[in-house]
Amino acid sequence: MQEAMIKRAKELLTDGSVKRVIGWKRGEFAYDITPAVFESAEELDKDFVFDDFTSANVSKYLVKESKKEGKVLVFLKPCDTYSLNQLTKEHRVDRDNIYVIGIPGGPKLDIEKIKAKGITGILSVKNDNYTLKIETLYGEETMPFSEAILDKCASCKSKKHVTYDELIGEDGDVLDSDRFDMVEKLENMTAQERYDFWREQLSKCIRCNACRNVCPACTCEKCVFDNPNSGVENKAASDSFEENMFHIIRAFHVAGRCTDCGECSRVCPQNIPLHLLNRKFIKDINSLYGEYQAGADTTSRAPLTDYTADDCEASIVHERGAE
Amino acid sequence: MQVNENKEFQPLIVAFCCNWCSYAGADLSGTNRLNYPTNVKIIRVPCSCRVNPMFILRAFQRGADGVILCGCHPGDCHYTSGNYFTRRRMTLLFSMLDFLGIERDRTRVEWVSAAEGAKFAATMNEFTEAVRKLGPNRRLEDLRCRKQ
Repeated sequence: MQEAMIKRAKELLTDGSVKRVIGWKRGEFAYDITPAVFESAEELDKDFVFDDFTSANVSKYLVKESKKEGKVLVFLKPCDTYSLNQLTKEHRVDRDNIYVIGIPGGPKLDIEKIKAKGITGILSVKNDNYTLKIETLYGEETMPFSEAILDKCASCKSKKHVTYDELIGEDGDVLDSDRFDMVEKLENMTAQERYDFWREQLSKCIRCNACRNVCPACTCEKCVFDNPNSGVENKAASDSFEENMFHIIRAFHVAGRCTDCGECSRVCPQNIPLHLLNRKFIKDINSLYGEYQAGADTTSRAPLTDYTADDCEASIVHERGAE
Repeated sequence: MQVNENKEFQPLIVAFCCNWCSYAGADLSGTNRLNYPTNVKIIRVPCSCRVNPMFILRAFQRGADGVILCGCHPGDCHYTSGNYFTRRRMTLLFSMLDFLGIERDRTRVEWVSAAEGAKFAATMNEFTEAVRKLGPNRRLEDLRCRKQ
């Protein structure tokens, strides 16, 4: 797959149809993959990588790269194409200046899950027929592929590319996923249990802003959280209110626009399940205002910028289910 | 105006009122000499749609025990459709607060027209009583803002 991608990228660079390529390159460690922009065939040969750790959603980089001179080639996994569609719909990217090559999606691996098994000094991780062969400083270890899958991939919603100019590999289908199960489980708890659950989770937050910074829906030039008057400064919270406020507002600002790509939880250094907040909004929107998948198309109106005269009243929240 | 002499808990209620209906409704309940609790502090907004989620959270941060948002009846918005957007936004916000385990009865949306002075007073009486029963807001307060 990696060879096919490099080959195609080189062809397009050489015939001048694209000026730049957005993909991934290796960082300090083998599993430490970072998004990167490539401008020549040499760079591609040297650094371009596509493997089980290339989980980063690179669509956000198009906000900047698509505004530059010349076309940009981007490799998108199915989940990333939803983000691109959403950005196109919001006029954040210049779609005409982007050449999308759809590539197969995950499941991708979560290095933290491998490390959690007590495996240290990791030099390389190879997928040998769904058994991971992990080469470490202290010898070789193995573990099943299925135990190291990223959470966001474990509840994958779609393997279908919603926008692309060409495909490498095959296109898949929208899947039946269990992504709302955890939300539902929380909903069925008592208010006290939910409160305790979220206090435990959100109190871990160090306000690194990684969830905001990585989010393809968070592309405002000026963010409310950068406003010194917002009362939610860029420092670890000194009161539980700040944690609640930051996370409620962060999730609310992407409500109806979040494609559920799961990047927020993936990048969280404290492993807070942030995607649950987003999914709660998605679940509510689906049940109250009709099924809606952000990024599935570029024409429909987002639920929060739309209304009908017979929408339910806010009191529906107070009337439902267990306290 | 009633003078409440007993020492029971007095909640602080913040009411965001639309300039074109509920604010005038509050005025009408006043000129009609209807009683509603002094716990209610009214903040006038040009449209219920002006209230963003941050306002609600900020009110709780600064010591509110309950927040109520009053606007024109659906279909009667001075700006045609503002309150329809409010309705969706607040439904989702309240649902999220509930999801985080914050008592859902501390928040409410009520439609009160300029002619409904009686409804305004009744709503405020009832809401204040409901919040009084819940007790002080502890789950969404900012301790740094608590008055000694």
